[in-house]
Amino acid sequence: MILAIVEHDRGKLNPISLECLTLARELARDSGDALEAILIGEVARSMVQVVGRYGVSRVHLATHDRLNDYAPEAWARTVLQLVARIQPEAVTVAGSDRGNELLAHLAALSRQPMAANCIEVLSGDAYRVTRQRWGGSLLEEALLKGDPKLFSVAPHTLEAQETAAATEPVTETFTPELDDKAFRVRIKERVERSADKVSLSEARVVVGGGRGVGSAEGFARLEELAALLDGAVGGSRVVTNLGWRPHSDQIGQTGTRIAPELYIACGISGAIQHMVGCKGAKNILAINMDRDAPIMSKATYAVYGDLHEVLSALIDELRRRKL
Amino acid sequence: MADLPDQAQVIVIGAGIVGNSVAYHLARLGWKDIVLLDKGPLPNPGGSTGHASNFIFPVDHSKEMTHVTLDSMLQYKEMGVFTESGGIEVARTEARLEEFRRRMASSRAWGVESYLITPDEVKKLVPFVNEEIILGGFYTPSVGVVDSLRAGTIMRERAQELGALSIFPNTEILGIDVKNGRVQAVRTTRGDVRTDYVLIACGVWSPRIAEMAGATIPLTPAVHQMISVGPIGLFEKTTSEIEYPIIRDVDTNMYERQNGNDMEVGSYAHRPILMDADDIPSIKEARLSPTELPFTQEDFEPQLELALELMPELLGDENAGIRHAINGLLSLTPDGMPLIGETVEVKNLWSVAAIWIKEGPGFGRATAEWMTHGHSEIDIHASDVARFYQYGRSKHHVHARTSEGYNKMYGIVHPREQWESNRNVRVSPFYVREKELGAVFFETAGWERPQWYESNQKLLEEYKDGIQERPHEWDARWWSPISSVEHLAMRERVAMVDLTAFAIFDVSGLGALAYIQKMAVNQMNVPVGRAVYTPLLAPNGGFKADLTIMRTGDESFRIVSGGGDGARDKKWFTDNLPKDGSVQFEDKTSAICTLGLWGPHARAVLQSVTEDDVSNDCFPYGTARDITINGLPVWALRISYVGEQGWELYTAMEHGLKLWDTLWEAGQTYGLVPVGIGVYGTTGRLEKGYRLMSAELESEYTPVEAGLARPKVKRDEFIGRDAYLEARKEEPAAILCTLTVDDHTSASGMKRYMQGREPILTPDGEPIVDRKGRRSYVTSAGSGPSLGKHLLLAYLPPEYAVEGAALAVEYMNECYPVTVARVGSKPLFDEDDERMKG
Amino acid sequence: MNILVCVKRVPATGARIVLTEDERDIETRNLGFTISPHEECAVEEAVRLVEKHGGASTILTLGTELAEEQLRDGLAVGMDNAILLQTDGDEWDAMAIAAAIVDAVKVQHDAGNNFDLLLFGNEAADSGDYQVGVRVAHALDLPCVTGIKGVEIEGGQALARREGPGGWELYEVSLPAVFTVKEGINLPRYPSLPGRLKAKKKPVERVTPQHNGGGLQKVRLKNPPEQQSEVRVLGEGAQAAARTAIQIVDILEELKLV
Repeated sequence: MILAIVEHDRGKLNPISLECLTLARELARDSGDALEAILIGEVARSMVQVVGRYGVSRVHLATHDRLNDYAPEAWARTVLQLVARIQPEAVTVAGSDRGNELLAHLAALSRQPMAANCIEVLSGDAYRVTRQRWGGSLLEEALLKGDPKLFSVAPHTLEAQETAAATEPVTETFTPELDDKAFRVRIKERVERSADKVSLSEARVVVGGGRGVGSAEGFARLEELAALLDGAVGGSRVVTNLGWRPHSDQIGQTGTRIAPELYIACGISGAIQHMVGCKGAKNILAINMDRDAPIMSKATYAVYGDLHEVLSALIDELRRRKL
Repeated sequence: MADLPDQAQVIVIGAGIVGNSVAYHLARLGWKDIVLLDKGPLPNPGGSTGHASNFIFPVDHSKEMTHVTLDSMLQYKEMGVFTESGGIEVARTEARLEEFRRRMASSRAWGVESYLITPDEVKKLVPFVNEEIILGGFYTPSVGVVDSLRAGTIMRERAQELGALSIFPNTEILGIDVKNGRVQAVRTTRGDVRTDYVLIACGVWSPRIAEMAGATIPLTPAVHQMISVGPIGLFEKTTSEIEYPIIRDVDTNMYERQNGNDMEVGSYAHRPILMDADDIPSIKEARLSPTELPFTQEDFEPQLELALELMPELLGDENAGIRHAINGLLSLTPDGMPLIGETVEVKNLWSVAAIWIKEGPGFGRATAEWMTHGHSEIDIHASDVARFYQYGRSKHHVHARTSEGYNKMYGIVHPREQWESNRNVRVSPFYVREKELGAVFFETAGWERPQWYESNQKLLEEYKDGIQERPHEWDARWWSPISSVEHLAMRERVAMVDLTAFAIFDVSGLGALAYIQKMAVNQMNVPVGRAVYTPLLAPNGGFKADLTIMRTGDESFRIVSGGGDGARDKKWFTDNLPKDGSVQFEDKTSAICTLGLWGPHARAVLQSVTEDDVSNDCFPYGTARDITINGLPVWALRISYVGEQGWELYTAMEHGLKLWDTLWEAGQTYGLVPVGIGVYGTTGRLEKGYRLMSAELESEYTPVEAGLARPKVKRDEFIGRDAYLEARKEEPAAILCTLTVDDHTSASGMKRYMQGREPILTPDGEPIVDRKGRRSYVTSAGSGPSLGKHLLLAYLPPEYAVEGAALAVEYMNECYPVTVARVGSKPLFDEDDERMKG
Repeated sequence: MNILVCVKRVPATGARIVLTEDERDIETRNLGFTISPHEECAVEEAVRLVEKHGGASTILTLGTELAEEQLRDGLAVGMDNAILLQTDGDEWDAMAIAAAIVDAVKVQHDAGNNFDLLLFGNEAADSGDYQVGVRVAHALDLPCVTGIKGVEIEGGQALARREGPGGWELYEVSLPAVFTVKEGINLPRYPSLPGRLKAKKKPVERVTPQHNGGGLQKVRLKNPPEQQSEVRVLGEGAQAAARTAIQIVDILEELKLV
């Protein structure tokens, strides 16, 4: 049996967990295992239906009054207790920040190896996994052993697909034993993003700016476009290092990985470290003076020209049509 | 992206400063269908231009280099991409100060304004320099920085406006097709293009591209380390890229150059780090660009302390970080000069490589002129890619010499300084004897030639009155008073000189006479057996070569030229061979050795070992014929470059040793001495006022000015004839003169001796400029032991070219009085050539 | 404050990574090496915390003798001490690395050198394992917050913040603690010239670590398939801006983004 940890924030499902379920389901089918899932916190009960559509036959719902909000060590100990009881062949989770953190805790607690950000997993005595290195610029084939085998699934590398043979999963509730120490790392306070601001990682449209934007002030036009499209603004590493944008806006290997429907890259040359961060984008529109910038060959659409002129024309056109 | 055309007139490979410059100048000169390719993107395709420090110090001891640099500066200024900052080379040692004094002569000779300044004056100009550790500075106000990428863009745009250029970046060369030794087409990742010409302007990649066509471009990529430190507090107030003069800390092989808020510190001090062109990473593999390799910290570390010592506060600022550090690639050549011209292996395949930012536009222009007219306005023969013999184009040689030369970048290099690496590449059959005699070997074109013989020490006492003592170490470096006594012994008795380094070409065939007539200025339709000294001209009437041609038969000639010029001469001759196959050309250089036998007893010595009659009647001056010496077949040529009776004796290499031994033995009763090239090339030659290619003779001067014009011009067509006729019509702008130094005493009381390339000045110390804008300078210098004078050759405008006129020469920043002793080519010693012709 | 920062020497790669013939490593002949970007920030954070609170900082790495270069890089920007867990060159898996670091920390502890803070990068740039810091924390029974982009220390407590699904999350933990750092927490300084020269003279403590097997087993590396996408050029030049704008809005409509 394969156990998938379904990641959520106070009951809000992280959609990349569905990609993880999709891969885990394929793996389970190939190895003849069942796919089960753990939902942590009473708040997660609402997700039982959804995970069922992705092939989960049994859901383990961990209820505990302190588990509704994320607490990495406590969550990991919760999974550990379930693992001890149900002895899965493997435990998997989406390779998000939290997913990898959670799995690392589980790996440390159970003293088992862990393969982060896999894109392919072949069953066997040892799993043969293909995982991302260098943010996906390089792949590693590795043999994963363990009891259980622990791996996370790289985000945005496969399409989440419901199963044709969905059944209503069996739900089993359990309450883990957790002492205070398990909660020594927990969220003390939150500074929520303002409601009208879409996060970079979740935005359906991202407007990114590079050195070509020219200045911090130059981003006003990008902001304006993003607002019109309910999108988010990001920048290259150069731009955040120059102080034109805050570091939290950085798109790239060491910044935020984005996965929008459309990424509008303005004046960005497309260094590999940046391209790693926007691999998840379905479409890329690159606007650049330099027709030979690396991004121009990786984009879906290209405009060779002054980004400020193109953006202002685009904003005008959007306004015209919306009016 | 437009498609590549099927056909081009010329394809320029490489869009760095060089490729852009040459493409623009070709367009300006009327070329059409120029295609510029680069595997990288524009405007910075990732070559050395992209990371260059972009500063220009114009003064170089080489006239060619200085003039090309000055031309480049004018071009950069015209394009509006030049920022004048001034530049100071600082001295930490006394030897360097002396070098600066020598640089003053070069700046004056080539027409650049420079000053020697005190440490306090350096401090005034560059307040962050620690003046306590320096002894002085060499300040050139015209030094500046350029935007070389912008310049490239401007030149591309101009060529496009002329409708002559199409540009294809991101296009990699896959191959160059060659047919019958001529370039045909270039194959690229975007398709193939047929073309008449290909220019390789790809810097460090040039050897690899040339190899695709089976040609060689002898350079190696090498690392130059540079760091950028900032932000510098002091620079925050400055508003332009550069406001303080650039400092070259030459004794530590480093430079410090403001670049906006940063100080760039570059070094040539580290071990030579050479690469192979094939090992340069691709654009995709490279982190920064293919020519910006990862910085190797340990190589730079010793330099940090030296830099800190010079600029303690500025570079010692804890808030200023090393923001950028690279091992940048640049091109090095065996002799430090660029590689320009058609490759020797493939017709219409040109090299324009090993060129720095400071020279780019100038060499771009010169190359385009050369391709268009057959010559360039500035003589760039020292950069001719054809100057190397085959061994000199080998990787082994390139690596040996560039490794040795790397740390000479800012070094103090004596004009006679010899290389240590890759020696003994070519030795004559006399080499073993010469070694036994204590020969001190100097190298020319790979040949080991005795400069003087230590065994002649013993003559020092005998000829002590004629010896020039050179008390200053610099004047006496790579020199010996023995040369003077060898000279005097030759004039009094008889001498033997190894001349095996001569380049020897035999031409024959039905078309030989017409061909030789076309090449040579002087009448070559002479009786068989006659020797003719003649200039060879470039189309502009300037010198391409000067050499001796012998008619060896009705349809055969032998050409003998200096070893140093032989490789270029060979290319010039073979390039001009008739296409119909009516002339056969054979390079005999490696088959034949040559001994010079000269002096009052030369005939007696020769006659004693041959049964052939070598009397003046039977074997007059200016003729050649076969004789037998001790059973050896020898081709003897009655000629002399030292003004004495005697012969050049040519024989097969394998006979050489016996020829030497035979003459040596026969000469003993006549007091025969072995003499070195110090006599042949300098003292003997200068007393006779003989001109030397590359010293007096170059394409910027005509035979009329050099005093080599004959009374009549032959009717037959020859290269440069029209220009030559023009030159004869007008009064020469300058005339080559021999000057004698009147007083050698310096301000400190020491006798000093000029070495050559110093400016000739008016008695008031003003530079002398002829009406064509050329400055007068010493083309050759050396002692004349038989005249008891130090001799200087120099071109002087007619108003100064007056025998007896008093002028001055600047040497080590002091003026010495000189007198014009001879105007024109008549020798100072034995002016009627009685010794030679008798 | 006594801070340990664990860093990894990684090649600075270009757009295309070239592999060695046996496909087990990256061909680094023409590459330089750096500290992983997240860890550069961890180093900077340590230097700043010591500047603010006093104490000492130690930089540690596991690698061949060549990794001394990265230790010197850390020393050059103000780290005080350096420890090299010297290996023979084979890549160690995350479990083995973590165990070796734990051993080293215990040795330091026994020598009276107790760390209040252990900083790691969130993940190494090359192997991307996301686990070494967490494993070390558990082995030493310390609290651990990963991916932090800010930290403040006050009276034995550390307040760390990181980006979560809805915005910033703040975590408070008692020291000693383990944090893994993400780029953006600060802008690392460049080494100054005097810093470089001082770094040359600082000692590096060398330790031969114990290798415990059993982790993830690398078989081979491979380059991902190159995405050859057909680029649709919508327009070029200034005059094309207006026409391009219409096309872009069409695309936005097609993608149901307006």
